[in-house]
Amino acid sequence: MFLIECPWCGLRDETEFSCAGEAHIARPLETEKLSDEEWADYLFMRSNPKGAHREQWLHAAGCRRYFNALRDTVTYKISATYKIGETPPSEGKK
Amino acid sequence: MSKYSIFSLVRNAISYHENWAAAWRSPEPKQEYDALIIGGGGHGLATAYYLAKEHGMTNIAVLEKGWIGGGNTGRNTTIVRSNYLWDESAHLYEKSMQLWEGLSQDLNYNVMFSQRGVYNLGHNLQDMRDIQRRVNANRLNGIDGHVVSPEEIKRAIPEINIDQGCRYPILGASFQPRGGVARHDAVAWGFARGADRYGVDIIQNCEVTAIRQENGAVTGVETTRGRINAKKIGVVVAGHCSVLAEMAGFRMPIESHPLQALVSEPIKPIINTVIMSNAVHGYISQSDKGDLVIGAGIDGYNGYGQRGSFPTIEHTVAAICEMFPIFKRVRMNRQWGGIVDTAPDACPIIGNTPVEGLYFNCGWGTGGFKATPGSGWVFAHNVATGEPHELNRPFSLDRFVTGFLIDEHGAAGVAH
Amino acid sequence: MSQRFRTAQGGRVDREREIQFTFNGKSYTGLAGDTLCSALLANGVHMIGRSWKYHRPRGVMSAGSEEPNAIFQVEKGNRTIPNARGTQVELYDQLDASSVNCWPSLDLDLLSINSKFSRLMPAGFYYKTFMWPQSMWMKYEHFIRKASGLGESPRELDPDRYEHTHAHCDVLVGGGGVAGLSAALAAGRAGARVIIADEQSEFGGLTLASKARIDDGEASQWIENAVAELQQMPEVTLLPRSTVFGYHDYNFLTINQRLSDHLPLAERPASREKLWQVRAQQVVLATGAAERPLIFANNDRPGIMLASAASIYSNRYAVQPGSRAVVFTNNDSAYQSALDLKAAGVEVEAVVDARAGSDSELANTVRSAGIQVINGSVVIDTAGRKRLSSVQVMRLSAEGSSVSGETRALSCDLLAVSGGWSPVVHLNAQSGAKPVWDEANAMFRPGEPTQAQFSAGGANGTLDLAGCLQEGAAAGNQAAIACGFEASTQPARAEPIDSQAILPLWLLPSPYTPGRGPKAFVDMQNDVGAADIALAVREGFKSVEHVKRYTAMGFGTDQGKLGNINGMGILAASMGQSIAATGTTTYRPNYTPVSFGAFAGQNLGDRLFDPVRKTAMHAWHEENGALFEDVGQWKRPWYYPKDGEDLQQAIDRECLAVRDSVGILDASTLGKIEIRGKDSARFLEMIYTNNWMKLEVGKGRYGFMLGEDGMVMDDGVTIRLAEDHFFMHTTTGGAAGVLAWMERWLQTEWPEMEVFLTSVTDHWATAAVVGPKSRAVVSAVCDGIDFSAQAFPFMASKTGTIGDVECRVNRISFSGELAYEVNIPANHGRFMWEKLMQAGAAFNITPYGTETMHVLRAEKGYVIVGQDTDGSVTVDDLGLNWALSKTKDDFIGKRSLSRPDTVRKDRKQLVGLLTEDPQTVIPEGAQLVDDPKAPTPVPMIGHVSSSYYSACCGHSIAMALVKGGRDRMGDTVYASLAGGRVIEATITESVFYDKEGAKADV
Repeated sequence: MFLIECPWCGLRDETEFSCAGEAHIARPLETEKLSDEEWADYLFMRSNPKGAHREQWLHAAGCRRYFNALRDTVTYKISATYKIGETPPSEGKK
Repeated sequence: MSKYSIFSLVRNAISYHENWAAAWRSPEPKQEYDALIIGGGGHGLATAYYLAKEHGMTNIAVLEKGWIGGGNTGRNTTIVRSNYLWDESAHLYEKSMQLWEGLSQDLNYNVMFSQRGVYNLGHNLQDMRDIQRRVNANRLNGIDGHVVSPEEIKRAIPEINIDQGCRYPILGASFQPRGGVARHDAVAWGFARGADRYGVDIIQNCEVTAIRQENGAVTGVETTRGRINAKKIGVVVAGHCSVLAEMAGFRMPIESHPLQALVSEPIKPIINTVIMSNAVHGYISQSDKGDLVIGAGIDGYNGYGQRGSFPTIEHTVAAICEMFPIFKRVRMNRQWGGIVDTAPDACPIIGNTPVEGLYFNCGWGTGGFKATPGSGWVFAHNVATGEPHELNRPFSLDRFVTGFLIDEHGAAGVAH
Repeated sequence: MSQRFRTAQGGRVDREREIQFTFNGKSYTGLAGDTLCSALLANGVHMIGRSWKYHRPRGVMSAGSEEPNAIFQVEKGNRTIPNARGTQVELYDQLDASSVNCWPSLDLDLLSINSKFSRLMPAGFYYKTFMWPQSMWMKYEHFIRKASGLGESPRELDPDRYEHTHAHCDVLVGGGGVAGLSAALAAGRAGARVIIADEQSEFGGLTLASKARIDDGEASQWIENAVAELQQMPEVTLLPRSTVFGYHDYNFLTINQRLSDHLPLAERPASREKLWQVRAQQVVLATGAAERPLIFANNDRPGIMLASAASIYSNRYAVQPGSRAVVFTNNDSAYQSALDLKAAGVEVEAVVDARAGSDSELANTVRSAGIQVINGSVVIDTAGRKRLSSVQVMRLSAEGSSVSGETRALSCDLLAVSGGWSPVVHLNAQSGAKPVWDEANAMFRPGEPTQAQFSAGGANGTLDLAGCLQEGAAAGNQAAIACGFEASTQPARAEPIDSQAILPLWLLPSPYTPGRGPKAFVDMQNDVGAADIALAVREGFKSVEHVKRYTAMGFGTDQGKLGNINGMGILAASMGQSIAATGTTTYRPNYTPVSFGAFAGQNLGDRLFDPVRKTAMHAWHEENGALFEDVGQWKRPWYYPKDGEDLQQAIDRECLAVRDSVGILDASTLGKIEIRGKDSARFLEMIYTNNWMKLEVGKGRYGFMLGEDGMVMDDGVTIRLAEDHFFMHTTTGGAAGVLAWMERWLQTEWPEMEVFLTSVTDHWATAAVVGPKSRAVVSAVCDGIDFSAQAFPFMASKTGTIGDVECRVNRISFSGELAYEVNIPANHGRFMWEKLMQAGAAFNITPYGTETMHVLRAEKGYVIVGQDTDGSVTVDDLGLNWALSKTKDDFIGKRSLSRPDTVRKDRKQLVGLLTEDPQTVIPEGAQLVDDPKAPTPVPMIGHVSSSYYSACCGHSIAMALVKGGRDRMGDTVYASLAGGRVIEATITESVFYDKEGAKADV
């Protein structure tokens, strides 16, 4: 069970959080101008990497803030968490 | 290769079982095949088997990075049923069910398909509406099943708690008599042996590291055992389809999540059917060996680690004890995890890809085992002809562009 | 004849306290401090069970959790335990144990006939047969299942309680042998918060059975002192009878503490087990090492046990595990067992040592004690039916690959076997490390930790006492230092032992042709023999996981603790490769089996399985006879039956009362979210499909939310309380999801928007007062509000007071009637409700529940998201296009509405259905067809989502989603039901009552 560092509250148990999937998928600004393929890409396509994954978490039973985490999907190690809007750390960073 | 039967067993017993042939050969990979199947799980092996049997393609190979059946085939809770809501799913799973019903004989390998029936429980009024809707649809699609009352459930499963005092009392269930369980490993081995008998090369410890293409068409793969050429490649790698898609240069609408399961110590027969509850998140049956086999819910994060988080197990066991309070003193022997590839509509993706000659069969989520023969059967058609079979046409990748989703979980909320 | 094999003195049993127990119905006596197995051995009972497949007689093999054979059903009735390991069952007064898997009795087990046909039942035989005829499989399976399984499940409710506790510590020490105790002492002395857990009833591990000395005293004294010192430390928690059974990510470990199974039934406290969930900064794994047996023909007879177990029974339990013993080993440690047995008064016939020579100090001590040592020899077979009677020994060739010479028979009733030691690396492996094969010492050592973890002592492959003490202290020091403490405990001292290298042996050479001789068992519980492994390899099952799955090796309740390493050795040998290359199977939790009850804890039943949410008026509903419906976690009144009414009669009455006069519904469960901030309206523009910028203050509007896939997700009325302040209603079940979803958009996509969301669902109690007389009722109750139609129009919202409590009244209708939703702070909910009931008494105000609410809204064609929609329905499908803004550039889900599938003309659309016979109600969930006689598969055109008998309309009504339904008004369709029943119905529009909407407009 993970121990997750909420950038607002500090280290907390996984049970306080819920995962919200891949991060940094910006919603297109002019959606009407997108082709169906482009819209589908935004809506459904995911990188789903085996390894470093940038993902959103919600501190649901805490500050109720969303934040981002850089987590390895094999070892489950979280190498960084950062606030929404902050620059993601590079993947290799420990 | 000898046929398996009681007679061959006796004959071999006399010779101290020294003359059994290998169930499948372990050949060195050739440089080129007519088709390659990447992934030696149940679905991949079934695909190879039906490619050979139904389409006469025998110069083919199955490439498995580890040992066959080592992924979700050997990690699931072995439930087989076909009572899906939407026509598209129902037809596909029912095809699979029909193949299951003769599979041991077809493969000459006892996969122990046990049609002991499957109950899908309802715990609130909306569950019951959904159950009615699904059972009605099933019947019109020619799939057996009926709605049963709590009292009927209690008669069939005396150990279950239908007490209205529990948190989410059981209000009824759908029952599919033809549903049941099978011996998961045997399915992989049976298909492997069957395919091997047609001359299919099953190559283990052979991990694909790159997919080669020219002018938008596949030409072969690089593997840990060298380059292998083929103009048709079927990818059937539950738990790793995004990884293979990335090799081929596209993305999939898939997320890979941990799914956990657990077994009790072996006990004498007590559960003679399969009970699934989506509302309280617990699925239970009993293996022929005597273990209670219990499926847990999916973990919310992406994970390739073949393990999930403890609270999921905790909650699942609570759900089982809620349904079966007598099991509190039975002990959990072992727990484990698999990797399930889930699509947004909880339905598989079977068909062509942006790369010519490259076909994907993935996204079975938590429910792939039951589809093993049917999945292989339709995918073999797709790989052999280059075009989807009518049964898998609705499950194409482009449904995510057109919006033609088959929303099994959105609709009936039925667990796989 | 009681406890004939109890030694005259010694041991850790209490000779003053005799304990009565029964085994297979027969009474025996043991002593306090015994396990079930030690007590049985003290009484000379050696055959304690039958094996799983061949029903061979089996005896006690070990003295610990690796036990494969001594599996019992302990107690009967509601406290029965299936598959209890007798080596770990502490004896208590009146304990009732019986053997499993034998019928009619252990002595005369009919299925032992399987043993005669065992040649027909090699590994995986069932995959090759039982296939013909196809229809017979279920019958075959019935018998296979009956023969399978071990103990019996309880059939009665468990009277015991199970608890959970969560803990944090600096250092968790798994295992309380001398290494673990040393670690705990070192960390504890440094001031660290320590939890030390051990599966046994007392700390000390294997050393409890040792006569060695520590720090110039008896080892047992050192253990006692160590425990006493730890008990004095306020920051140290000692957990005996507690197994660390799972090691998860982020140093999260689970411990199963057994609180009462060791007590007589009458003396048991309420709580049986406690599940500890521990987050540790550092972990010290001191789980010891387990001895493994050697694999030779007929190595499973009662009377054959591990050499270490023979020592434990002799020394710790003061039991002679036999009268005449042979010790068979390939390493030094078993020599100690020879000495221990002799000291316990057992005649030791010989030590058979596979090694060509042995001249360690220990070996020479054995020789000088007058025990014959037969070097360079191995046991090749054994004799004895229900108890060992002799063993046969042959010379081992120099290179160890064959046997030769005369067969020498040694008469004995005990064979103490040692094939070497396996560090218990389970937790290390569970934590993510890969155990490493140590060729020289023939053992898997713990792998490089991937978490903050140390292994010490036997678990680390260190088998001598001095080394265990040293490593334990070092690990404890290091762990404490890693937590920021200063630690420098010096290890306790013990005599170093010189020992001679092990001669690794897997399948022993024998004069039998491989596979043709008697069975040599690797996994005793699952009856997997060496020949089964060879067969698996022959048939192409070459991966260790394949062999495991094909033969069932390691699938038993002991999880292969005893047999797996030998199995891997045999597999490696038959493949001609190293054990390192062969690898291990994956170590998974649980280390030992754990009761389901322990996992469930108190999280069960109608209160604690899942939280129950009740409204402020819940007690009133109960007092007034309401039946309840679960909606999400909420309990909502379903209907209020009056004397003898059934559901239909009650809702007929409730519906008519609302339409004719006035009814009252508890609407508190609807989600309520306050939205504040200057960009609130702009935010709602994106969230809802319709327009919000121009909504007047004090007015509300109904809106749909879509998922980004364009499908209806939730709906409700949102009221503008101020320019920058909205009050949103969501569905009852959707509230939490909608809040999280909106937060996500705000926080991650539009952080520039100044909008704040607050869930206020539980802050307000809400009563919907509905019906023509509702105005009179609310007017009488709420002060400070002008309820006239002009002053308080439809969709308006006003504040007033009830008594001196502020309330908010919204004129919203989900029934088509004049209706007001009165909101008051939840604490005053019942007060408000009773006021409304009082004021309504003159109009026969009628409380109604969700069922009547459903009928009333269906009469008006209003949809319920989640019932009439299912995640595949758009706003257009519902015929509610007016709710889709034509002017907005964007809203969530908008782009999805122009995809090819969402603009299809033949999408399923919401319509009404009227049956031919007005009394016939189509069952909800019915599928609709055009031709009920069509052959299977019958094409379906839609389904009935809502269906009721409407007392107000005087006929049944239904809502359905039908392909292209809006263009099919007046068409006949058929609901095709079970049993061939068909109901004919006509497609209509979906508003059945007051189509002009006059009733709400008053």
